[in-house]
Amino acid sequence: MKVFNTDVLIIGAGPAGMAAALQLTQMGIQDIIIVDRDTQAGGVPRLCNHLGFGMRDIHRVLSGPSYAESYLKKIKNSSIQLLTETTVTEWIDEKKIKITSPKGIHTIDAKAILLATGCRERPRSARLIPGYRPQGIYNTGSLQDYVHGYKEEVGKSAVIIGAELVSYSAIHTLSKAGCKIKLMATEFDKHQIYMPYLPFKWWSSGLLPKIPLKKNSIVTNIYGKQRVTGIDLVNKKTGKKKHIACDTVVFTGDWIPDHEMARLGTIEIDDKTKGPVVDAQLRTSKEGIFAAGNLLRGSEPGDVAALEGRHAAQSIEYYLKNGGWYKDRIKIIVTEPLKWISPNSVDLGSSGLPMNRFLFRVNDFIKNKTFIVRQGETVLYRKKYSTIGPNYSRKIDAQWINNINSTEPISISLE
Amino acid sequence: MTNPKKVYDVAVVGAGAVGAAIARELSKYDLECILLEAKSDVGAGTSKANTAIWHTGFDAKTGSLEQKLLTRGYELLLDYVPEAGIPHEKSGAVLIAWNEDQFNSLEGILEKAHKNGVTDVHLLSVEQVYELEPHVNSGALGGLMVPGESIICPFTVPLAFASQAVLNDVDLLLDFPIEKIVENKDSYILSGTGGEVRSRYIINSAGLNSDVIDRMFGFDRFQVTPRRGELIVFDKLALHLVNHVLLPVPTAITKGVLVSPTVFGNIMLGPTAEDLDDKEETSTSADGLEFLWKKGEGIISQLLDEEITSTYAGLRAATDHSDYQIYLHSDKRYVCVGGIRSTGLSSSLGIAEYVLELLKEAGVTLIKKEDFKSIKMPYIGQKEERPYQSEELIAQNKDYGRIVCHCERVTLAEIKNALHGPIPAITLDGLRRRTRCMQGRCQGFHCSADVNEIFELEIERIECGGGQ
Ligand SMILES: Cc1cc2nc3c(=O)[nH]c(=O)nc-3n(C[C@H](O)[C@H](O)[C@H](O)COP(=O)(O)OP(=O)(O)OC[C@H]3O[C@@H](n4cnc5c(N)ncnc54)[C@H](O)[C@@H]3O)c2cc1C
Ligand SMILES: Cc1cc2nc3c(=O)[nH]c(=O)nc-3n(C[C@H](O)[C@H](O)[C@H](O)COP(=O)(O)OP(=O)(O)OC[C@H]3O[C@@H](n4cnc5c(N)ncnc54)[C@H](O)[C@@H]3O)c2cc1C
Repeated sequence: MKVFNTDVLIIGAGPAGMAAALQLTQMGIQDIIIVDRDTQAGGVPRLCNHLGFGMRDIHRVLSGPSYAESYLKKIKNSSIQLLTETTVTEWIDEKKIKITSPKGIHTIDAKAILLATGCRERPRSARLIPGYRPQGIYNTGSLQDYVHGYKEEVGKSAVIIGAELVSYSAIHTLSKAGCKIKLMATEFDKHQIYMPYLPFKWWSSGLLPKIPLKKNSIVTNIYGKQRVTGIDLVNKKTGKKKHIACDTVVFTGDWIPDHEMARLGTIEIDDKTKGPVVDAQLRTSKEGIFAAGNLLRGSEPGDVAALEGRHAAQSIEYYLKNGGWYKDRIKIIVTEPLKWISPNSVDLGSSGLPMNRFLFRVNDFIKNKTFIVRQGETVLYRKKYSTIGPNYSRKIDAQWINNINSTEPISISLE
Repeated sequence: MTNPKKVYDVAVVGAGAVGAAIARELSKYDLECILLEAKSDVGAGTSKANTAIWHTGFDAKTGSLEQKLLTRGYELLLDYVPEAGIPHEKSGAVLIAWNEDQFNSLEGILEKAHKNGVTDVHLLSVEQVYELEPHVNSGALGGLMVPGESIICPFTVPLAFASQAVLNDVDLLLDFPIEKIVENKDSYILSGTGGEVRSRYIINSAGLNSDVIDRMFGFDRFQVTPRRGELIVFDKLALHLVNHVLLPVPTAITKGVLVSPTVFGNIMLGPTAEDLDDKEETSTSADGLEFLWKKGEGIISQLLDEEITSTYAGLRAATDHSDYQIYLHSDKRYVCVGGIRSTGLSSSLGIAEYVLELLKEAGVTLIKKEDFKSIKMPYIGQKEERPYQSEELIAQNKDYGRIVCHCERVTLAEIKNALHGPIPAITLDGLRRRTRCMQGRCQGFHCSADVNEIFELEIERIECGGGQ
């Protein structure tokens, strides 16, 4: 078992990990190892064969594979060591981990570690949907693998569960695979999409209006002993049940961070995001360990993850130069209908550069509410929203963290 | 593939844990035997969907055949399980009393356990309960410890038995449902869509269909009612919450719902108990899952904050009798092994030994083979070293260093191996049971397309005559 020593170890070569690595080299840190368990680096975009990547980080609009490739090209021309087919399997020490690859089992001993392990969609089972377990049930992620990765056929007639950004990737992928989309079903009463999202606007004008949307609907049963033969949809408001014949069901969205390594490392997990608790410098509860990208709270667009990677790189550079960790970390507590906030803590000492924004999500459609950040009686920030919807994130400015002057808990509510 | 002229000495109908154990036992002797299975794999019936507890028989009805064979089966597995490399852990079980009724019945259970020869069972104080299981809800009144209750891999058990039987020259026919049995002088013709097989003796270990087969011999003595048991499997990251099998205190009505670690490192919650008509109704139900959720909340509410990995349902072959339905009919050269309801995984080797005694009684000459081969199964549990952790294996074959299924850390080499061997996987489900691939928390989000591709390529290669 060989031991590799490095300044920075990055776990996960998706947009967050790749962007972090490149940013670090630009800041003069050259000794970086980035590992990914997949046979090819690039993360999820590698299999997102549609336009819509790169606006905010590389200021171009590319397809997922071209986007991943543009990062990988730069990594190849740098001092960064990229190890693919390499899985981090366990922690040996605070900043020392074990890897398995075709080359054997080795350890990497790093001065700082960035966790950028991404997220996944909750499978049907995790959503506790009863019925049989036939073939023909997918998540958007696995569907893309079949269709774009292996040019496999899927079914002939599909139902898409969910009507958020990623659900439209499922439409795209199914259409490419020649599968008819019968309908989309969502538990809400409309599509959940943040209208300013440009790529969506482009093609929503094309395909979307042709696909019926079953509103307020949840899946209550899946039929078929071998292959899916249909599902039951129940309208939450009327209680009416409808059987839909189909041979394919795609469960979209409902993200859960791939937090296995974080949890195995006993890093504190936020009970709302299910990702590591991080402060605005993207520092986790363990000294020297940072987190960025979808691991933090589920899926955002790839460029958002990449920008977080870049930010983490700045914090890592600061840490390698100055040492130290946060002093007084104050947890941010959100209450319903807020679903989560990310980052979810702030450092009173404020060493290093905090991110200049927070992201948050809500559980339901909300009209005319004010977002209020409080510390005790003091209102640190407020902003009015006419509408906010579930399943997409909104951004708030982080200026208010400069006004914190005690370690009292911070709470956020919508009133 | 079958030779319609050949007359076997013994045909075993049904390759679940029980039938496979019987076939393995038969393969120790100089006999021509065949194992017939309706599905595309062994162990693909009830044996694949249960709670996977290796029972001691501490609470079985004293003096019943079930108790006798369970005790013997438990003992035989003690030797077999390490020899064959079957994932298992001697976790022990804790029965927790949550109310006066349950508390008062603990003494009786203790007495019964001792009567059944399970003498290490002992009472636990409330403090001891919480020391052993610090994460269960508050409110326990006391408990009972059953140190011998263990957990076992339900997939490897029938596969090990059947593979060893095949290795020792038992023929195996899959996709071979028996629909008709006719006597032809001193042998039987068993037939169905798969073809025809002849055999002098027949053993009926057809699980849920054991009553149907039994009727083919002119009997009408028991009726199998599929009793569905639904289960919820929680993420491996929940494993630290539960240290032992948490058995409910049995009441008159039901054995109740248990919470248990699995040999793969998950936590399982279940089963329900519901009588159905359809012997293939292995779907889960909204009511069942909700019931389990409430039960889980009452035992260890912390568990429900963890992610769910999967849900499934199994069907117990319940009958209108409380005991196993095992009968010998020497005149008909027939042994019925039916109604092995909810303990068959644990008792299988005991049953097999007993069936051989019955055959001897029926006049079958049993001459031990000299070269009975042992078997070692691929290890898919969490406790011992897995291939991805073995420098030695990876040095031999890089594919042991190529993790394909990340949640369960299944390597390319393991997947390929499962498509070869005495009983290769011929379906993706078979592959799942042999390797764990796609059985983890993402249920194939990351790897199912890869696994599918590897499976198809390798099957194609094998069909074109490629060996391993
Ligand atoms: C169906 C779909 C469609 C999308 N469409 C768009 C779009 O149009 N536009 C857009 O901007 N974004 C889109 N996204 C979102 C975008 O892909 C993600 O935001 C982005 O990939 C997140 O980057 P990441 O680095 O956080 O995680 P990922 O890209 O998920 O990368 C994480 C990496 O970590 C690796 N890893 C995990 N655990 C380990 C371990 N233990 N050891 C080694 N490696 C490990 C994984 O193999 C993976 O490569 C889409 C996402 C999906 C699922
Ligand atoms: C929810 C649940 C929990 C349980 N928990 C435990 C436990 O914790 N511990 C324990 O020891 N036991 C447990 N059991 C019981 C255990 O699973 C069974 O007793 C055992 O699997 C029975 O094995 P078998 O071989 O008799 O039946 P099966 O596994 O059902 O095998 C019978 C086989 O016969 C085949 N077959 C049927 N008809 C025909 C035909 N006409 N021709 C050819 N083949 C045919 C079937 O396809 C099947 O493969 C549980 C059962 C359930 C349902």
